[in-house]
Parts: sequence; C-alpha cells; structure tokens
Amino acid sequence: MPDIQEITVDELKHLVSDRAIQGETVLLNMGPQHPSTHGVLRLLLELDGETVVNCIPDIGFLHTGIEKNMEAKTYQKAEVMSDRLDYMNTVGNNLAYSLAVEKLVDLDVPTRAQAIRVILTELTRFQSHLVWLGTSALDLAAMSMFLYCFREREYILDVMEMCSGQRMMTTYIRPGGLWRDVPVEFEAAVRNILKTFPRRVDEYEALLTRNPLMLDRTYGIGKLTSGECLNFGVTGPMLRASGVKWDLRKDRPYSGYEQYDFEVPTRTEGDVYARYLVRLEEMRQALRIVEQALDKLPMGPVRSTNYKYVPPPRSEIGVSMEALIHHFKLWTEGFEAPGGAIYSAVESPRGELGVYLESDGGPKPYRIHWRTPSFDNLQSLPLMSKGVLVADLVAIIGSVDIVLGDVDR
Amino acid sequence: MDKKLEPTLAKLEKEFGGITSEYRGDASLIIAAENIVATCQQVQGLGFELLSALTAVDYWPRESPRFHVIYQFTSVSVNLVLTLRVPVPGINPSLPTISHLYRNANWRERELWDMFGIKFPGHPDLRRILMPADWEGHPLRKDYPLGYEEPQFTFNFDEINLRKPYAEE
Repeated sequence: MPDIQEITVDELKHLVSDRAIQGETVLLNMGPQHPSTHGVLRLLLELDGETVVNCIPDIGFLHTGIEKNMEAKTYQKAEVMSDRLDYMNTVGNNLAYSLAVEKLVDLDVPTRAQAIRVILTELTRFQSHLVWLGTSALDLAAMSMFLYCFREREYILDVMEMCSGQRMMTTYIRPGGLWRDVPVEFEAAVRNILKTFPRRVDEYEALLTRNPLMLDRTYGIGKLTSGECLNFGVTGPMLRASGVKWDLRKDRPYSGYEQYDFEVPTRTEGDVYARYLVRLEEMRQALRIVEQALDKLPMGPVRSTNYKYVPPPRSEIGVSMEALIHHFKLWTEGFEAPGGAIYSAVESPRGELGVYLESDGGPKPYRIHWRTPSFDNLQSLPLMSKGVLVADLVAIIGSVDIVLGDVDR
Repeated sequence: MDKKLEPTLAKLEKEFGGITSEYRGDASLIIAAENIVATCQQVQGLGFELLSALTAVDYWPRESPRFHVIYQFTSVSVNLVLTLRVPVPGINPSLPTISHLYRNANWRERELWDMFGIKFPGHPDLRRILMPADWEGHPLRKDYPLGYEEPQFTFNFDEINLRKPYAEE
C-alpha cells in the first residue's frame, strides 16, 4: 500500500493565476460534498473577493469502472450496468446500448417495440428535466419548485415500475426489442400523464419564467457562443440554447423518430435563462411525441424472433426443444457477435450519448466506451465561470445539468 | 456509407495515406500517428466541428501496434460522422495532442492517459482525471486485472477484514 500523496498547490500552479501564488487571491474548495454541485463534483475555486478568477473541476469521485466491468460480461448481462451510468436517464441508456448491439450484430426490431421505446425514453427525458428543473430552481432558492417537480416525477416512475418492476434501474429495453410487452394499465397511465402534465408545465412557467428573482439570477449569466459550444463538444439543450439546431432525434433519426412531428426548440442567447427556456420547451415536445406514439401504437410482437441473439419467450421453451437450447446457450455463454467496431449515438436529455462498441467475435464486448454528454458539457464550466460571482457559479452548474454518474462512469 | 462523405475520405487518403474500411455503414480511416495533428486540422477545416468521442482500444498481447486510438468526429453543418483510428505501439505509447484544435480533447486525453497510459506530449495539463492521483497502473488496459471484493461471512469476517486496504488512522 503506497503512502497517500496529497496534491499541493504547487502541482496546480499551471492552472491558477500568478496572483494565487503571491497570496493575493484565495483558493477555495467547493465540494465534493456540496448540495449545489449535484453529486460529488469538486471545484477548486480561485477567488478574488466574491469573483471567480479560475475554476478547476476535479472529477472521478463516482468512478465505478463501468467500462471495464462491461467488458467482463456477456452482451445481455453487461446491459444492467448501463442503467447505472446516467441514473436520471436509465431508459435512454438502455436504448443507446441496445441500438449499439443491434447495429453490431445487424438485428431488426419490431415496430411496436420501437414505438414503446420512444414513449418510454421521452417520458424519461421528461422526468430527467423535471429533476433538473427542481434541483436547479432549488439552487436559486425556489424551494417549492423542487416539491412540485418531484411530485410529478412519481407518476412517470410509476409507469416505469408498471412496465419493468423497477422505478429507476429498469433494463426494460433489451437488444432485439423489449423485455416483455407493456401491461394493460399502461395506456391509461400514460394518457393520464398526457392529460395533466401540459398544465403542470404551464404552472412551472407561471412560477419561474417572468419571476424577477429568476431573471436576475439567470439572465446573461454563463454565456457560451455556438462556436465555443462546438469546440468544447457541448451538445444537447446547452448547444441548442446557443443557437445551433442540432438534435440527433431529428438529424440522425433512430428508433422511428422520423415518423413523429415535433419541434427542436432553440434560443440564441446561450445563457442560463436560455437553457431553462429550451429545456422547458423540450418537456412539452416530449409529451407531444409520447402522444403521437401512443395514438398510433401498432400491435404485434415486441421482440425480434432471431433466436441466435434474442432469448425466445417463456411460452416457447416448454414446447420447443430448439427454443430451450437457444435459451440455455444465450444465458450461459451468450451470443457471439461478429468482429467489428461501431459507434452509435442517441440524444439523451443532456446531449449526445454515444456508444463505441468493438467486438473480437467473442460473446463479450471487447471494448465498450460511453461517450457521455455530461463529461464534455462540464468541461466548458471553467470558461463559463470566468469572472462571475460565486452565487452565479451555482446557477451555472445547475444549468449544465450534470449527472455525476454520467461524468465519471 | 454516406455518399457525401466520399470526397472527404478521398481527400484525406490522398493527403495523409491511410486505409479506409467500412463496417455497417460507418467509415473509418487508419492514419499514422505522426499525421494526426495535420489530419485533425484538415478534418476541422472540412466542417467537422465536433469531436464526439476520443477513446482507445487495447489489443494486448499484440505489441505493435498495441493500441488503437479512435477519434470520432461529427459535422453539425453537413450532418456526417467520421472515425479516425491511429495505431500506437505498446512500448512508450504517445501521441501528439489535439487539445489546441478541439478543446474537449483536453479531458479526453487526460482520460486516455489515466485509463490506458498513453502520453500526449504538448498537453497543457496531463494529470489523472478519474482515478486518484496516486493510483498505480492504467485500469482499462487488458493486462490490468478486474478487481473484486471478497464476500464476508460471519466465520471469516475478521480474516478478510485484515486484508482490506483501510486508510490508517
């Protein structure tokens, strides 16, 4: 066991200004246990009075080695870990993983499964934005927003529980389709959400959008231009708030998104307030997509019948020897994917969630890399926070909408 | 492969050599390590504004090249994706940095140093990013064992407890 080394200011000399070395500015540690860093983010701040001179993020406190762990598991078993990456967008992670595996082995998914995938990922996007709205408004001292948002989120988690038996870590979307079909109560529960939630979003807007305190704290704060966003790899609502109309659901459609009619909201200001407006509009659009998908939800199977890659249904195992063999083979040694490398990306609530998957022909992913949006979005924080007040920094962190499980993996 | 990508690939192939391969409609181009900065400059000029992913694969026990470093670019303006693969040898692996071209490469190269031990000369701040600063080894290399924790039961609780790396008081 080596001795624990401590990082000294000397080692960070190249990151702080000369004034910090001379003792004119103060180095202050914010986090990792700090409620407004939304998890375990540590920021080393160089302060001149209340003004942030430099901000040095220190991440890795939630590093769980998910990529290494996934490489040691078969394709089916590795999926369970994808939920744990971005724990606010669990269904979206399952979708990203499933699409990557389907692309790797060239597997078709029935249309009913695709439509249910869209419904569930859009509901997850809604609940992720709800948590963002609640917590970032809480950072700005709007306590009641937090309670309202978490009240609504329960309805969505109830739908997840109804489908998969789990509220958050669902693993419901599987390579080749879904775990099973949705229960009969599903449609009524989603219709209930569609009926009540648009009014709720109006209520949030009434509470926040023209609120003078909200405007004071967010308008013109944490600006990023579109060029800076692209250069920093910032994607998702942050990029759209800076005026770039780029949404993978629209521009590189997957899972049948091209059939749905929805808007991609953009703003040009690129500040905290613009990000708030973009996300709020995205919540409305998510409901629009859910409604269309539910209206034309086709009947049919929800799993591919290519039993080389997808386990056969339980009912077949009892009557078909072949199904039994497939089931046994798939759950003991897994399927062998053809050798090759692919990259596939989906639009998560935070931006481009990409999966780089490489196979060497064996039953386990040879290499899987998660391109997580929060990792790149967080990198722009030092740029955004130059010269702002500490209180504004809190608002900026909230607007990035980081999930530390997503950053650290 | 997307038809719009073909001129870009032809141009890069002509200028920097390299072999194009295609799998499931994704084109990837193998580029030599010494050309990577010039290629990235060219790629950025051709309208690929976004460095989507920067990662590596370890082909241990193969030694030359042991690693492939993968650059995944996205063009927002023309709606295209492009993959570059750079072979890197296993002994003293290093690649020139592109963090001055794509600024998010900064953390991504730090991650590659942390996880694979690939050095990036010219990087402004090459420290470990995810693992603790005093960590030994590079976890995503294939010769790095996957760690596990022994389950403790009542009969062997103390025995296993003695082996656990608790911080000393």
